[in-house]
Amino acid sequence: MANQNIEEHSEMEIQSKEKKKVSGWRDFYRRLKKNKAALIGFYTIVFLTIVAIVGPFMTSMDPDKVDVVNRFSPPSADNWFGTDHMGRDIFTRIIHGMKYTLGIGFASVILGALMGVPLGIFAGYYGGKIDTVIMRLIDILLAFPGILLALAIVSILGGSLVNVTIAVAIYAIPGFARIVRGSTLAAKKLEYVDAIRALGASDNRIIFKHILPNVSSPVIVNATLYIASAILTAAGLSFLGMGAQPPTPEWGAMLNDGRGYIFDSSYIAFFPGVAIVIVVLAFNIFGDGLRDALDPKSRN
Amino acid sequence: MSQKELLKVSNLKQYFPIKGGVFGRTVNNVKAVDDISFTIHEGETVSVVGESGCGKSTTGRAILKLDNPTDGTIEFDGVNLVDLNKKEMRKMRKDLQIIFQDPYASLNPRQTVRDTLNEAMEIQNVVPRKERNDRIAELMETVGLQAHQADNFPHEFSGGQRQRIGIARALSVNPKLIVCDEAVSALDVSIQAQILNLLKKFQKEMNLTYLFISHDLGVVRHISDRVIVMYLGKIVEIGDKKSIFENPQHPYTKALLSAIPVPDPDNKKERIFLQGDVPSPIDPPTGCRFHTRCPFATDRCKQETPELRSTGYMEEGHQAACHYMELIESGEHQPTRETSDIRKMAEAEPEPEQV
Repeated sequence: MANQNIEEHSEMEIQSKEKKKVSGWRDFYRRLKKNKAALIGFYTIVFLTIVAIVGPFMTSMDPDKVDVVNRFSPPSADNWFGTDHMGRDIFTRIIHGMKYTLGIGFASVILGALMGVPLGIFAGYYGGKIDTVIMRLIDILLAFPGILLALAIVSILGGSLVNVTIAVAIYAIPGFARIVRGSTLAAKKLEYVDAIRALGASDNRIIFKHILPNVSSPVIVNATLYIASAILTAAGLSFLGMGAQPPTPEWGAMLNDGRGYIFDSSYIAFFPGVAIVIVVLAFNIFGDGLRDALDPKSRN
Repeated sequence: MSQKELLKVSNLKQYFPIKGGVFGRTVNNVKAVDDISFTIHEGETVSVVGESGCGKSTTGRAILKLDNPTDGTIEFDGVNLVDLNKKEMRKMRKDLQIIFQDPYASLNPRQTVRDTLNEAMEIQNVVPRKERNDRIAELMETVGLQAHQADNFPHEFSGGQRQRIGIARALSVNPKLIVCDEAVSALDVSIQAQILNLLKKFQKEMNLTYLFISHDLGVVRHISDRVIVMYLGKIVEIGDKKSIFENPQHPYTKALLSAIPVPDPDNKKERIFLQGDVPSPIDPPTGCRFHTRCPFATDRCKQETPELRSTGYMEEGHQAACHYMELIESGEHQPTRETSDIRKMAEAEPEPEQV
């Protein structure tokens, strides 16, 4: 038996040297790199985030400055994307609008996750009546089409960027709650969770230390994919006049500004539209890549 | 061996409800464990054997209250565990530990061994914080690993080593009773022997009591003091290892034991083949649950449920639940079903059961 032990140990040492800890992040990046589209999405998001942060300090023009003489001027060297019906520079407004778009996207998803994840975990972990009550409430939320629900919430709260964020966050709750509930149900059945329960661990310890890490990757993937639709919904609400109020350079609101001149000066609506498409597309392809990269089944 | 009763299970029932219908009513129950009673004395090893789905693991889990028992009492050291609330039970868990079957699933892959053991000690606060590292080193060496390996992750260990870590975790809180739920079934034979010997060694050193759940009769023969044979949620036979293996009384036990391979080509032992599959525990047979497959079954078996009982020629503590065991023993009651023809059938088909 002693010999066997020595053998086991030496075998172990070789093993541990061979796959000397590839750190979680590096491993993740390695797998993400295989998916070119996801990588492009990732870099686009990074680039846009930087633009949103430093961009407003780099532009020479004021996004809200009305210039009546220069109304409806098409794209040129002075006004890269042209000017709108009030002579405001569209390029500057898009740069300044970036922070609203990304801000609403991130804030609403984080807010939605903060509410949805605990609900899902409690429903999945405790089961029974708690589960039934929570999940039926979630079903009710889910029964409304997203934009209608957001619209209803904004009409109750009043139109502003903060309220749009809250509305979109509430509309994000069901997705998180359902995904987390499913992962919790699976995690609850893991043998090591049973083992820690047999040791007398409290529910809090089991949930936060042993179940939460198991639900984190589906939550991250869902969040990334959800940011795209949150941005779309928020832009939609602003387009309908329920979100950002003039003169805020929010892309959805700018789209609405350009709506009336779409045949004569299409660039007023075109550039904000393209900006929305790029951001949404970037988050979508990155989210897809992330899902593949974090999927334990694709791990080798 | 002291004769103090450590664990006394009485009329334990574990039903799992099947929900159905529009409002999620309970339409039926899976009667995984249906009214079983037994006691375990301090320092002994009691094995539970039976086919897959007979309720062995469920019994173990119910004793640890990993699932809440439907009915019955579980007295541990004089305390009825069923009556304890969550908080009281958490304290009690220090004395009752479990070793799982799958060493790959029973350790959190995100924790190093040190974290795992540390957490166990922290939960029960058995060792002062300052001494925990020393205790971890000691535990690692006790189970045959090296102290410096404590900072490795589970994936860096082999299956046998992981099972040792699982044992170290169970031992870290100084328990009195350990439920070994198929603890060696996932390991290969040479490692099985190592782990079994390790368990035996700890039993002597720490006066541990084991409830050993296994389907492997060879392992059971090696480690047990007493054996419980279960079939479809019921105990069919219970007794000392010697009486069960040498003088089995219940027809099911006989069939089960006849499945042990004998490493002797000249020893043409009569192999008893059972007909059919284990019936569903949702709707178990009336009377004796074994009557659908028992070669000796009669109409009486279909109606009357046999109780565990002893006969004159059986050793003390040896009980079986069969109406006809004396008559079968004396040869007066002959099989009502053929078992030899079935043997040919069974040879033509793949092995129908796993025992």
